[in-house]
Amino acid sequence: MISLTDFLIVSAVLFCVGLYMIVSKQNAIQVLIGIELMLNAAILNLVAFSKYDRFNNGGQMFALFAIVLAAATTAVALAIILNVYKQYKTIDPGEINKLRD
Amino acid sequence: MSLAQILFYLMAFIAIGSAVFVAGTKNLVRSIFMFFITLFALAGLYVLALADFVAITQIVIYVGGILVLILFAFMLSGKETLNAIGEQKSKFININKLPAMLLAGLFLIVLVNMILKVDANNLEWVKKSIVRNNMILPNSSMTEGIGINLMTQYLLPFEAISVLLMIALIGSAHLSRKGKGA
Repeated sequence: MISLTDFLIVSAVLFCVGLYMIVSKQNAIQVLIGIELMLNAAILNLVAFSKYDRFNNGGQMFALFAIVLAAATTAVALAIILNVYKQYKTIDPGEINKLRD
Repeated sequence: MSLAQILFYLMAFIAIGSAVFVAGTKNLVRSIFMFFITLFALAGLYVLALADFVAITQIVIYVGGILVLILFAFMLSGKETLNAIGEQKSKFININKLPAMLLAGLFLIVLVNMILKVDANNLEWVKKSIVRNNMILPNSSMTEGIGINLMTQYLLPFEAISVLLMIALIGSAHLSRKGKGA
């Protein structure tokens, strides 16, 4: 019997690793991977609690929705990253400092 | 200790270890491929939480879709990123990374403290669902229930997400097309 606290601690660690990547990385793709890690930590929480909800399974359902939303987010974000690369020839988020052309 | 528990600790160790490697390594290609491992280990954790359908979806969408997209974006964004990575110093602990590490570490302490205080196993609704036999057992089949709930109770979010996926598809195709006015 695996306790809920174990799942929660694993997901907390994953969330903090994602947070560290978002704050410290100088590459937009790695920042995106950090966001994916944080999303996965949240999904792990949803799935772990969903064990106690057999008839409605709200947790698993929203985990599925979150996975699909993550896919949509990634597609748009990568299209934006490619456009930024075309404009600036770099994908360092620290050097991209204007929105207009 | 039962087999499930041993497997849980193994999967948790692999997931956390590879996530830390992803965060720590300087080599972008290696970090993307280690992210595969993290996602597979997370799918294993979902199986141990008795959510097999979510685990399969995780593998199909994340590993099949998102990681291939990330690899494509990495390859299309050219040589400059690779050269920049080569120039960085290979010190493990960089003084520039200290604020980020401090932020993540302190946030982890706050989160773990809160989790230990909440004591999720003794929450009221969790106990109630055990009493009412509303708990997923290892031999109960979940995919049926997910299908039925998706078409009845969660039909509105399902439709909304389909419209949103359509918008995201058109938007990303528009953003990444060639030529003027993109």
